[in-house]
Amino acid sequence: MTAIANHFSYWATLFIAIAGLYIVIARGNLVKKLVGLAIFQTSVYLLYIAPGKLIGGTAPIIADKFAVYSNPLPHVLILTAIVVGVATLALGLAIVVRIKEAYGTIEEDEILAQEQPALQQTADNKM
Amino acid sequence: MRSWRRSNLPFSKPPITRCNILISQNYPILHVVVPLIAAPLMVLLRHGGFAWLLAAVASWSSLAVSAALLAEVAGGGVISYAIGSWAPPWGIEYRIDSVNAFLLVLVSLIASVVVIYCRESVEAEVAPEQHYLFYTMYVLCLAGLLGIAATGDGFNLFVFLEISSLSSYVLIALGRDRRALVASYQYLIMGTIGATFIVIGVGLLFLMTGTLNLADMAARLREVTDTRPILAALAFLTVGISLKLALFPLHLWLPNAYAYAPSAVTAFLAATATKVSLYVLLRFYYSVFGESAVFIAHPTSDILLVLSLAAMFIASTVAIFQDNIKRLFAYSSVAQIGYITLGVSFDSLTGLTAAIVHLFNHALTKGAIFLLLGGIALRLGAVRFQDIGGIARVMPLTSFGIVLAGLSLIGVPGTVGFVSKWYLVLAAIESGAWWLALLIVLSSLLAVIYVWRFVEAAYFQVPSASVSRLREAPLSMLVPAWLMVAACLYFGLDASLTLSGASQAAAELLPGSR
Amino acid sequence: MRNYLVLRVIAKLMIMFMVLFALYVQFHGDFGPGGGFQAGVISAAAIVFYGIIFGLPAAREVVPDRLVEVMIAAGVLLYAGVGVAGLLLGGNYLDYFVLGADPVDGQHRGIFWIEMGVLITVAGVMLKIFYMFAGRGDGGGE
Repeated sequence: MTAIANHFSYWATLFIAIAGLYIVIARGNLVKKLVGLAIFQTSVYLLYIAPGKLIGGTAPIIADKFAVYSNPLPHVLILTAIVVGVATLALGLAIVVRIKEAYGTIEEDEILAQEQPALQQTADNKM
Repeated sequence: MRSWRRSNLPFSKPPITRCNILISQNYPILHVVVPLIAAPLMVLLRHGGFAWLLAAVASWSSLAVSAALLAEVAGGGVISYAIGSWAPPWGIEYRIDSVNAFLLVLVSLIASVVVIYCRESVEAEVAPEQHYLFYTMYVLCLAGLLGIAATGDGFNLFVFLEISSLSSYVLIALGRDRRALVASYQYLIMGTIGATFIVIGVGLLFLMTGTLNLADMAARLREVTDTRPILAALAFLTVGISLKLALFPLHLWLPNAYAYAPSAVTAFLAATATKVSLYVLLRFYYSVFGESAVFIAHPTSDILLVLSLAAMFIASTVAIFQDNIKRLFAYSSVAQIGYITLGVSFDSLTGLTAAIVHLFNHALTKGAIFLLLGGIALRLGAVRFQDIGGIARVMPLTSFGIVLAGLSLIGVPGTVGFVSKWYLVLAAIESGAWWLALLIVLSSLLAVIYVWRFVEAAYFQVPSASVSRLREAPLSMLVPAWLMVAACLYFGLDASLTLSGASQAAAELLPGSR
Repeated sequence: MRNYLVLRVIAKLMIMFMVLFALYVQFHGDFGPGGGFQAGVISAAAIVFYGIIFGLPAAREVVPDRLVEVMIAAGVLLYAGVGVAGLLLGGNYLDYFVLGADPVDGQHRGIFWIEMGVLITVAGVMLKIFYMFAGRGDGGGE
């Protein structure tokens, strides 16, 4: 029980990561896949942010009264990672919009079915 | 997590001497900054021709800077550059040694050659209003790749990885075929999972060491080497980087992405993107975790060996049955990456030299092939076997170039492919596995088959009506492509330059054997 | 949504404060939580809000597509330009210490322009994304 309680943030990270990856793998809808990907990336934010807080630590501004400071670096890193995540999601959705325009669907199996003639030649490459 | 320490504030004021505007001091950052500044300029000007000119200038100046850097570190030195003058363990450090200087030259060289080729190829394959967008993404991708290679900071590496990846997704999606969109989407999903794995690995290392600077990280890792988070970090990084470099079972994004991207993009990415990822793998294995933590404590060698062999045989076999020639050579790329990781798996100086020299050689070979195929795509509109019958009669230079580069893929003496295979075989024999040497030669036979399929179609079939109307590819595309072919032959006959660079890089990575 | 009087009046009132808040977040970023990224998103949100209530064409009139693209590029250029200014003044890339008479002054000046670049680019990118998706198909505008 304590193993769970002491590492709560890591269990949460793990759960979010696996849930996100599962969605990416199990869903055929291209938008849902992207949602799963975004959830998966969210787990990284938690992985970085949670240990950034030291209990009893203050903001990293030097003052005589304090000796323990929280590390501000993770927040900055994750702000960057969030930006990257947003950019990836936006680009992914933009590509999905164009796929929808080109194929008329955003279901993976229906797109594959439309490429059937080409698929015949490449089926053995899917390995 | 280490708490923020009070002493040693990272405050290092440089002496204000206004005269030291020595550009050469800033070489370690300039090759990234120049393309990075060129990109927004292109968006501001929105003019295709001007964007091309800027892209060319940016790539060439990156090449010049990289070459200067390589010359500077050739003696075994290390250049450290503190961004914003914040001293290294705190600030972002750019660290150039003989390993990444070699790679910087390779990437910027390929970019400089391909950019000449872009002019006519992009004209034909990309809609005119998207030209400036193409070149913007091209220089961003270049800046990202150079940044990955130059940086000495774990998180900065991830950021540049994403810059180069996001721009390459866009570049691939610019392909004419609608399947390019699906390929780009697939690559986006796989690539993002890979990048996220990498950032998880870096995060775990950061939590255990409290630093993101790779050199500092390596020093602090010694205290915590045997802990479970470090093992997890190693696993996450290995899988994540393997996804980006298309190591065998994780290569599924590669064939479609290469096959449907615009020709210039295929050539550029095939020659650089996977190679830079391989550099990242080497950097983490040897410079961060250390050789003993990766290869001796865990069976990494065996895993790499099995996957490399699988890549060499399965991907080559699949390549033989391809109908689209670009897809064929894309699968061949997966197989060739197998040769590179095979060299890494030996964990010896010879093996590492072989891996690095093959990294360079394969970039030249594949770059040449995809550039020449782009010429066929331009004239014919497709690169499938049923369409190209007898094409050697109308496009003799293009076809002959592909054959020469194909010989290099096989590893015929006199080409660069032979040099790499020779060193691979040497490394195999050195490690006592003569059967591996046999397998390397055997897998080359598979390359003979798929290259022969092209020869048979191009030279021994009667040209159809549509083929016989074609002309040779334009000069602006032939010249860059043939430059690469010539480099394949030159470095095949006189390998001293590439080999000395590669062996020095290998010695840099393997400190014990220096 | 042109007919909803309450929405239109409230929106016009809100947008002022949104932009003002964005500016506060931007310039307070030196001393507290905030900065260019957050401010950029908030100010873009104001325009997006305007677009949702008054229609995409109206928003495009206020901030045309061309301007959005210029913003994206100009912000990045400003950011990179600060870095190059550091180079030219004899420091390293993105060196703020050399930008002012004394190092602390230089840091202030450097981060001010950097955050300005971030604000411009982020606002531009957010609007670009909004225009891109809202302008597609029949869902965009009125």
